[in-house]
Amino acid sequence: MRPPQVNGQGPVEKRGRAVHASGMTHQTHDHDHDEHHHHDHDHEHDHDHSELSEVALRVRALETILTRKGLVDPAALDAIVETYETKIGPRNGARVIARAWTDPAYLARLRENATAAIAELGYGGRQGEHMQIVENTTDTHNMVVCTLCSCYPWPVLGLPPVWYKSAPYRSRAVIDPRGVLKDFGVTLPETMQIRVWDSTAEMRYLVLPMRPAGTDSWSEEQLAHLVTRDSMIGTGQPLTPGATR
Amino acid sequence: MNGAQDLGGMMGFGPVIPEKDEPYFHGDWEKRALAITLACGALGQWTLDESRHARETIPPALYLSKTYYDIWITALEKLLLRHGLVTPDELQKGEALTARPATRNPPLAAERVAGALAKGSPTERNIATAPRFAIGDRVTTKVMHPTTHTRLPRYARGKTGVVTFRHGAHVFPDTHAHDLGEQPAHCYGIAFSARDLWGEGADPTLTVMVDCWEPYLESAA
Repeated sequence: MRPPQVNGQGPVEKRGRAVHASGMTHQTHDHDHDEHHHHDHDHEHDHDHSELSEVALRVRALETILTRKGLVDPAALDAIVETYETKIGPRNGARVIARAWTDPAYLARLRENATAAIAELGYGGRQGEHMQIVENTTDTHNMVVCTLCSCYPWPVLGLPPVWYKSAPYRSRAVIDPRGVLKDFGVTLPETMQIRVWDSTAEMRYLVLPMRPAGTDSWSEEQLAHLVTRDSMIGTGQPLTPGATR
Repeated sequence: MNGAQDLGGMMGFGPVIPEKDEPYFHGDWEKRALAITLACGALGQWTLDESRHARETIPPALYLSKTYYDIWITALEKLLLRHGLVTPDELQKGEALTARPATRNPPLAAERVAGALAKGSPTERNIATAPRFAIGDRVTTKVMHPTTHTRLPRYARGKTGVVTFRHGAHVFPDTHAHDLGEQPAHCYGIAFSARDLWGEGADPTLTVMVDCWEPYLESAA
């Protein structure tokens, strides 16, 4: 049995209590509530086992049961994980943005039917079935949230980061986006209009940031390196020339 | 339902703390949690809307104390029990004790994963009814507090906004989550001014866009 992994969402203060970047806390030893009553193995956990290993054990038990019953195929699980670890991520979205910056005809198609235009580059499917592009301009900044769960355009951005799914972001984005942006080190001019998109339906929003100045001679491929994940969520800006990592 | 998932406008959670160069997964268990959730969903015994509802019915104190994949797994356990795919005894013992139950779809095979993920589950439908609202119409969202699933957040109930997009007709989550069929309805992007949502002191530059199905909306005088 592999040792439990420490979740990287925040510092583990001490045994039995982890404080997360999400602002949520975990109590390890509160196993009496009805969500966990069926897990007898909870009582066996000891020493270095935290709440996170408790959930890890539940997941392992579930996978064992489902596999033995023939309801899930472990090879399929591996294939799912591999897809989201290696094939789907924000580099996909960056290609879309860089193409939009350099190809006016593509930008027009993206505005008209983002799902189809994104599919031209080979991206689509689960959690990106209905895409819409939202364009930043000199007077409007866009930011995307899902206050009700964690809706996010997977095919172009990959799986959402922890902060996107966390209570601080989901609660505050719709009422105090400037405060949220400050947490990301972003300050917008006071006169800038802000549009926050709450993903309450199956529309998935991709922010088209403004093309950085001083990139007139840049190729599409070079430009793609300036496009950060956060700039496509609206919690950041693209990198500027000279700042590429 | 007015559960802990409905977070828009709540206060006191502290700052957003982005993790530098955050990995997709924090530990192997998160990978398996994601994959099991998707693979079980592919069996076709419940809808995505039902699984969202299973997550939001986690008691608020628990919901807010769990990491997101823990929320998923807790909801998945509920769904598996509800639909008879695993028994309470099996969950308790961590062992398979009964034979595989019949499912709508066969278990997801590895070679079908790429195709299934690439296809997704589009929700747009053709319906005979014409959309009731036009771009530019002023609409008011209903005041309602269903105990069941809805995608109209509390902060946007009883508020007046402007129809800005027409998204076509989409599967209606409020029924789809409860085995009451797709009942597709027209869906609109509604623009609300922060002033109308939050009152005095609201950011004067802020507009919040909320996607609303037609049954959520009434014409505003």
